[in-house]
Amino acid sequence: MNNIIKKILELVTDKKDKPSGAYNIRVNGACADRGCTPNVDIVSKENGSGIDIHIKPGTKEEVYIPVVIDNNELTDIVYNDFYIGEDSDVVIIAGCGIHNEGSGHTQHDGIHTFHVGKNATVKYLEKHYGSGGGKGDRVINPVTNVFLEEGSTLEMDTVQIEGVDFTKRITNGKVNDNATLLIKEKLMTSGNQVATTEFEIDLDGKGSSVDVISRSVAKGSSVQEFYSKINGNNECAGHSECDAIIMDKATVTAIPEIKANHVDASLIHEAAIGKIAGVQIIKLMTLGLTREEAEKEIIAGFLK
Amino acid sequence: MLELKNISFEIEDENDKKTREILQNVSLQVEDRSFVVITGPNGGGKSTLAKIIMGVENPTSGQIIYNGEDITNLDITERARRGIGFAFQQPVRFKGLFVKDLLQLAAGRKLSTDEACTYLSEVGLCAVDYIDRELNSSLSGGELKRIEIAMLMVRGVKISIFDEPEAGIDLWSFQNLIRVFEKLRDENQSSVIIISHQERILEIADKIVVIANGQVNGVGLKNEILPELLSNSSKFCRFYGREM
Repeated sequence: MNNIIKKILELVTDKKDKPSGAYNIRVNGACADRGCTPNVDIVSKENGSGIDIHIKPGTKEEVYIPVVIDNNELTDIVYNDFYIGEDSDVVIIAGCGIHNEGSGHTQHDGIHTFHVGKNATVKYLEKHYGSGGGKGDRVINPVTNVFLEEGSTLEMDTVQIEGVDFTKRITNGKVNDNATLLIKEKLMTSGNQVATTEFEIDLDGKGSSVDVISRSVAKGSSVQEFYSKINGNNECAGHSECDAIIMDKATVTAIPEIKANHVDASLIHEAAIGKIAGVQIIKLMTLGLTREEAEKEIIAGFLK
Repeated sequence: MLELKNISFEIEDENDKKTREILQNVSLQVEDRSFVVITGPNGGGKSTLAKIIMGVENPTSGQIIYNGEDITNLDITERARRGIGFAFQQPVRFKGLFVKDLLQLAAGRKLSTDEACTYLSEVGLCAVDYIDRELNSSLSGGELKRIEIAMLMVRGVKISIFDEPEAGIDLWSFQNLIRVFEKLRDENQSSVIIISHQERILEIADKIVVIANGQVNGVGLKNEILPELLSNSSKFCRFYGREM
């Protein structure tokens, strides 16, 4: 692995050293390194389209599966399926970084499917990042499918702060009895970047719940679209919140939809778009910050 | 010393496009390490005057001299860096910023949890419960007010301006609030300018300034101004905190 790849790996995973648990590092469309543990087995799919990750019941480990592309003309599509055993408590660190110095189109589409067993707890971290001075597009289109069995929890924490020209993020979830899905999305776009996120969650089980929290900042002439659909099909609780700061000539669309198919479904959606409040900037200026420093702190806090 | 010379402030009414004078030729001196309480009826121009000192509003005419320097044309940041601080009447909420973040921004440096907690305790907040709280709608107006005051304490400014600091602080004794002002004056060597209607705050003033209809109606020591103010309180609808 060259230094650029090492640097991007560190950026998207927040890890400097080789992980202690199971891992699969994908570079330019192929497996660059892999390690398994007695409880976590990672195997390539027979058709070569991706990997299956099998996590034994009761496992408490981190799994590390980042992707890096520094080839300036590559479309990489990968299917990763996670089978997470009952009563497990695992952290899955994904993340994708694209470095494009050329004029070609570089794209990564990661299709991740999570089968989360009864009473298991999963924390899924996904950071997307683009770099390189080339004119070629850096595109990341993740699809996440989540199937939560009874009593399980999946917390999905996604971050895309800079350098990705186009992204279409699709997340689908089916939540069974007393299971919980938490989604936290943080997004910042600038220049002419385009970002679309779509969530569709079915709250099928009694006592199931979902909380979708999206915070974004749109700068320059960038375009953001947020679609969220929660279907309450049982006695359940659903909440979605899209909060966006708009700057310059950017465009932000938020379309939350909630649908109750059961009398005991309790669903809430909130959406707010606006520029940074002038009074917030003034307050930080009274503490000695310049206007630019104040804006930076407000955005950093908002996306923290 | 801070000196306001003939400060006037006009705005254009959005409805009838007529010019309205909010402040007219206000002159005032704030000596070093003094308590100055600005009082007067609502809508009289007190908050505007505080904003003009901080640079949030710019006067239509007049001068602001701070330690011999004309700061009239300096922006908020430059005034803040010269040692002027302002606790807003209505504190600002920030999604995603925590109490400790704001205290650190006010301090201009990293604070240890112990240090940050010390300041919160000074304003009557149980520090461990607040240090990692987001400054969002989960905090009440009174809690935000105390945090606002703590930010001024952290900054160690030489001129502290408080716009109605007592508002919303129902459960916190006035004695504690007054102790904070004394600490700012004695330990930080700060002049404290307080906009207030409260008799107990008026009582600690070295100088009381009465502002009504955009003008200074009276300036003097508390023993000169206070009796007159209280005897005329019906004129100002008895807003000084005395029982009706």
